[in-house]
Amino acid sequence: MNTHKAAALAAFAFTLFSSAAYAETQLTVYTAFEAVDLQRYADTFNADHPDIKINWVRDSTGVMTAKLLAEKNNPQADVVWGVAASSLLLLKGEGMLEPYAPAGVEKLDPKFVDSSTPPSWVGMDAYVAALCYNTVEAKKLGLTPPKSWKDLTKPEYKGHIVMPNPASSGTGFLDVSAWMQMFGEKDAWSFMDGLHQNISSYTHSGSKPCKMAGAGETVIGVSFEFPGAKAKSAGAPIDIIFPEEGSGWEAEAAAIMAGTSKIDAAKVLLDWSISKKANEMYNVGYAVVAMPGVAKQVENLPADVASKMIKNDFEWAASHRNAILKEWNTRYDSKSEPKS
Amino acid sequence: MAAVTETMMPSGRIPRQRLDRDDIIKRGLMVVISLYLIVSLAAPLYVMLSKSFSTYSFDLSTYEFQVSGPSGQFGETVSAAVLNDRLLVVPKDKLATNADGRLAATSFFPEFSFRSLVKYRIRGTTDGTVYLIGSDMHRGTAWQEVDSNTFRRVMLRSTASTGLDNYVSYFSTPSLFRSIENSLFIAVISTVLTVSIAFGFAYAISRSCMRFKGTFRMIAMAPILVPSLLPGIALIYLFGNQGMIRDVLLGASIYGPLGIIIGSVFFTFPHALIIISTALAISDQRHYEAAASLRASRWRTFWVVTVPGARYGLISAAFVVFTLVITDFGLPKVIGGQYNVLAVDIYKQVIGQQNFEMGAVVSVILLVPALAAFVVDRLVQKKQVALLSARSVPYEPKPNRRFDTMCLAWCSLVAAFIIGIMLVCQMAALVKFWPYDLSLSLKNFAFNHMDGGGWGSYKNSIQLAALTAIFGTIIVFTGAYMVEKTEGFQKGRALFHFLAMLPMAVPGLVLGLAYIFFFNNPANPLHSIYGTMAILVVCTITHFYTVGHLTALTALKQIDQEFESVAASLKQPFYKLFARVTVPVCLPAILDISIYLFVNAMTTVSAVVFIYSADTALASVAVLNMDDAGDIAPAAAMGMMIFYTNLLARLVHAGLSRTVLARTQAWRRRG
Repeated sequence: MNTHKAAALAAFAFTLFSSAAYAETQLTVYTAFEAVDLQRYADTFNADHPDIKINWVRDSTGVMTAKLLAEKNNPQADVVWGVAASSLLLLKGEGMLEPYAPAGVEKLDPKFVDSSTPPSWVGMDAYVAALCYNTVEAKKLGLTPPKSWKDLTKPEYKGHIVMPNPASSGTGFLDVSAWMQMFGEKDAWSFMDGLHQNISSYTHSGSKPCKMAGAGETVIGVSFEFPGAKAKSAGAPIDIIFPEEGSGWEAEAAAIMAGTSKIDAAKVLLDWSISKKANEMYNVGYAVVAMPGVAKQVENLPADVASKMIKNDFEWAASHRNAILKEWNTRYDSKSEPKS
Repeated sequence: MAAVTETMMPSGRIPRQRLDRDDIIKRGLMVVISLYLIVSLAAPLYVMLSKSFSTYSFDLSTYEFQVSGPSGQFGETVSAAVLNDRLLVVPKDKLATNADGRLAATSFFPEFSFRSLVKYRIRGTTDGTVYLIGSDMHRGTAWQEVDSNTFRRVMLRSTASTGLDNYVSYFSTPSLFRSIENSLFIAVISTVLTVSIAFGFAYAISRSCMRFKGTFRMIAMAPILVPSLLPGIALIYLFGNQGMIRDVLLGASIYGPLGIIIGSVFFTFPHALIIISTALAISDQRHYEAAASLRASRWRTFWVVTVPGARYGLISAAFVVFTLVITDFGLPKVIGGQYNVLAVDIYKQVIGQQNFEMGAVVSVILLVPALAAFVVDRLVQKKQVALLSARSVPYEPKPNRRFDTMCLAWCSLVAAFIIGIMLVCQMAALVKFWPYDLSLSLKNFAFNHMDGGGWGSYKNSIQLAALTAIFGTIIVFTGAYMVEKTEGFQKGRALFHFLAMLPMAVPGLVLGLAYIFFFNNPANPLHSIYGTMAILVVCTITHFYTVGHLTALTALKQIDQEFESVAASLKQPFYKLFARVTVPVCLPAILDISIYLFVNAMTTVSAVVFIYSADTALASVAVLNMDDAGDIAPAAAMGMMIFYTNLLARLVHAGLSRTVLARTQAWRRRG
């Protein structure tokens, strides 16, 4: 009996050893990173950790979040890397995340790290609300550029503003929750009442209003800075305006899925995801990254994007999302006639 | 399964014919394909729809609090329910919420101040009671003690139960309710337009001697070769705020019902045409000869002979177009503006708010018109008789100058519309930066730098399309044959027919979500196909089952039952008849089904968007993602890649089938 056991153990140990020596670990990573970045991110990571292969599953934030929640009882992902912090907060509230403090987490700006200890998610970079303003179309129509959010309620912009629908886009909700936090609930609603008069359409994605402004389909797109900078580089005649009251923002964040069978590799990835090297990697596209002092200026964006960011309370936003969306739908979605 | 067998088997007391071996094999095959449909459709759908009855509310009796006095001593335990009865802070009807419902614990403590030194304790009374402190989930009956600054961050979570609350809340939300009206409006208008246009087109092709029939047939099929949101993109380039000919609309906006209807007519046209053409293709010359000898006018012959003969096809086509329009979400998403429709509501609920339950409610509502259409379809079908009897004489149109010119004009008009839309898409794909930089470039084809999986996804799509076409055609045609040519067994056949019609009524988004819930369950023995190409194939075959089934049925109905009787009296087993007569006669329909499945697998978006994985990203999903991100030009470029692939597939298909058809369809010609 004993010899059997010993033999089995030896065989088992041998299998373990040989597989460790030859096989690489494959991590299934759910992400909403820009598609263009995926290969670069994986390559940079593999330069340090060639033994861990990343299998990306990429989709927009909304689809990814729905997919993650739908898979709740049998998660397919090992790691979530590059999904909005608000979405990860939802997963956290369902107990789907494995709390883990990656090595060096103390070097990050605290607003990019989950408030619990150990944190359930860590941020990598931020996208910041901004207006994309088509200068060519504005000139044709004789419009002046808005300076603040409140300017958007001026009658001259009637029918010339597009914003994401908060009920179908995380970025849209980000704007609404930021207005609530900046202006207070009551003033925020009266601001949105005015804004609604000028909106020509609500889109289902956060970057689309900016692309529409870039193509002249609208004059002002309420969006965020990243697609604005990209569209400008591609030749769109737009200015990127940060309203003077301040901007809402969202962090792209990473987390380990609770119950993953590859916890060690997942931890390696999370440690790396907040390293200086990784932060420099994010800075190629994103003006604001989680590690202070790393970010360099990004083409077409001001150097001080970080200073435009308001103090955003993700938890408050998550707790009030239901009520806010319900009110929003009642106020603005029932008047759903097309506008010409 | 047990339940199914019970319903399939008529009770023993009814006297009936003895079954021979053929009947048993036929019924066996029918049961196998029914099983396939149950596993791939009914069961996931059931799981999904049961979600619509899964309600969430705050169960206040399961939360207990203790509050400390000034000395730090905790007072008596009191439940949230008792506090609410006393204070009436949350009215009964406000207790219903959704899966993400959160209720601040402080609402039960009107005197609460986050600066006070009072401490609070909270616990559940059951192991399953859930609440959040901050964003951390706590569960169970252990006391958690927090200071008052933390207590304001305590949120009670909703618990699941079963009931009709979701429906109540749906019908009390005016904006959601409005979508029903909007959806019906665009679906009805689009159906009337599409069916009329397609009937005219099919009539011209089958009953006139005009020229260029083959070319028209080719052009008419073009819309089926592209994803449904591509016409939306083209319409924006044509009529959007920067559109080339936006003045044509006289200030009306293309964003809204107008855009949805034009786009819907474009993308549903070939679907209607396939069915109506099949219905018109085989007609009996003798009827027309009889009409002529009775001196019936052309007009009268049309209403008395042609329309009744094609009636079944017309109604099926209307049914198909109606459900296609009402369940499509790609087009209204791209060009719908603020015009809310049901399919987009599902998207908003599920993707925007992760509210699966409400998404399921909207799905159920979407099923209603489709089910109604099914009932009508069944009633009409009962009256349908075989047109092609063993003595039939195929119809040969005679030249008629005026009529042929009219037909040519009509078909040219439709063809111009289709080609126009396609050309605009092609231009969109090639222009560098519309409308500010009109130079041509191929940069929009650099898919590896865009959302959606790059060129790898294009390869995956081709693989999916090929597999779907092969396996789908076998399953669909066999199923249709068994259900059409089996005698007796009424209940089983009705059930099968119902299952085969159901996919058309199911929006792709719903099917995709249902697949997650059903297949991504470790207890499901089929769990292993989750995340593979296999699940995409199963999903796609199922999603497009109905049109294939209807096409096969329409073709099979035109074969007289006499063939079966003759075969039986000659003691030939049914499979010989199937292989020697049925399949050759129906070869045009079979080839249509396979190419239909191929091109739809290339273009499908909504069903697969939830179930593709890292290794199985698809080109059609890439189009959606790129448009979603506002990268309209690359989306058009990928859409055109799908178009060229499908076009090539069709040409190959046409070339191959020409040889086959020449050998097997000679009987259709006289002499």
